Amino acid sequence: MNAPLDRGATVVAAAALHADDVDRRGRFPAEAVQALKDARLMSLLIPTELGGAGAPLADVAELCTTLGHHCASTAMVFAMHQIKVSSLVAHGMESEWHRGFMRRVADAQLLLASATTEGGVGGNLRNSICAFERDGDMFRVSKEGALISYGAQADAILVTARRAADAPPSDQRMAVLARGQYRLERSGEWDALGMRGTCSEGFTLSGEAPHEQILASEFADIASHSMLATAHLLWSSVWFGIASDALGRAQAFVRKDARKRFDGPSPGALRLAEASTKLQLMRANIVEGLRRFERANSEPDDLNSMSFAVTMNNVKVGSSELALEIINHALLIAGIAGYKNGTPYSVGRHMRDALSARVMISNDRILGNMSTLLLAQRIDARLGD
Amino acid sequence: MLATIRRLVEEQGRLSAAADTLRDDADLYASGLTSFAAVQLMLALEEAFDVEFPERMLNRRSFASIAAIASCIAELKPEEVA
Repeated sequence: MNAPLDRGATVVAAAALHADDVDRRGRFPAEAVQALKDARLMSLLIPTELGGAGAPLADVAELCTTLGHHCASTAMVFAMHQIKVSSLVAHGMESEWHRGFMRRVADAQLLLASATTEGGVGGNLRNSICAFERDGDMFRVSKEGALISYGAQADAILVTARRAADAPPSDQRMAVLARGQYRLERSGEWDALGMRGTCSEGFTLSGEAPHEQILASEFADIASHSMLATAHLLWSSVWFGIASDALGRAQAFVRKDARKRFDGPSPGALRLAEASTKLQLMRANIVEGLRRFERANSEPDDLNSMSFAVTMNNVKVGSSELALEIINHALLIAGIAGYKNGTPYSVGRHMRDALSARVMISNDRILGNMSTLLLAQRIDARLGD
Repeated sequence: MLATIRRLVEEQGRLSAAADTLRDDADLYASGLTSFAAVQLMLALEEAFDVEFPERMLNRRSFASIAAIASCIAELKPEEVA
């Protein structure tokens, strides 16, 4: 029995019920997120000693996939929240303030958002222009042009900035700002092709808080140890949910068609077989990535290695490309019934939502970074570990 | 060896401080070393010392300071220490 997934049943129902409205109006999936809070799923990754469920990342990934079947925006909001929680768990356990904050996240089922980008850094989250400006026991920070998904709905925001006013752009730290400690000024709207419910609007964020709310670890370590890895794994799990639902619809179409025909399977049946190969590749890529992540967590050297970074980047690039290929096949199989909205075989929303996959940290940027890493990292020619 | 490493850090590291003002154990990442620059630095070190960094050394720690780099080189090429 899988307890978190059982608790997810009401969430799934809420996500499915409002998915079309969330998409059409480009609104936050408030009902499904409330259901996630009611089911106490926001604190899945938080250790039990701090009031969470102490679940492995694979449980969160499974829930991302299940939500992705019904409402990709809800699934992505849930994924992005858990990515922030994973950074707190990985880097905040030594700090009294952050332990207390994790307890608050579990008690009040707080929704965490992320402000890691900034106008003027060209989408490179490993560079900051703004800085944590220390003033006694407090710091101040002001970040312009930050794209903050569900920023207006979040209960707290994890924000990156340069360590201090005189630190170089790549010497970053990350701080927690709870609601009440920051102000948001909307600078851009979110009227997008897909993932319309994530409400990833542009904001100017300014805030101040006690210095102890800044995590001690360098952001470079937070990014490579927890954030990028969990982001690539959980995003991919969401996309797997979208792609597998699209293919399930295409299969239903082929089966319905096959019952009416007596001259063998329809031409679409071949595409279904082809797409099932791609779906299996996608699944294997993600599952292997999750295993590698769990293994690396008990071996700090592995977590730090280029090989780990290359593997996680490959999970993201591979699954984002495969998701689109699979949904494209589903569309070919179901034809006009798939192209139209409002049929049991519609995959239009799936396609629009999944198109975000290649641009959420652009695959071209990731491939560029990987090509640098591959000047050092050797190609792994083994099948085993 | 330290002088060569320091020169390569200056040339490849794109740091905010001049390399000859850094102590051997100063944190290069705090001076702005990016992972991209670290790879460029590694390639320059391989060329200069005629070594190859094995997979186990391909992590952030190996390039964290001039001293850390020196201990990698010393391990790969013991004769350089002499």
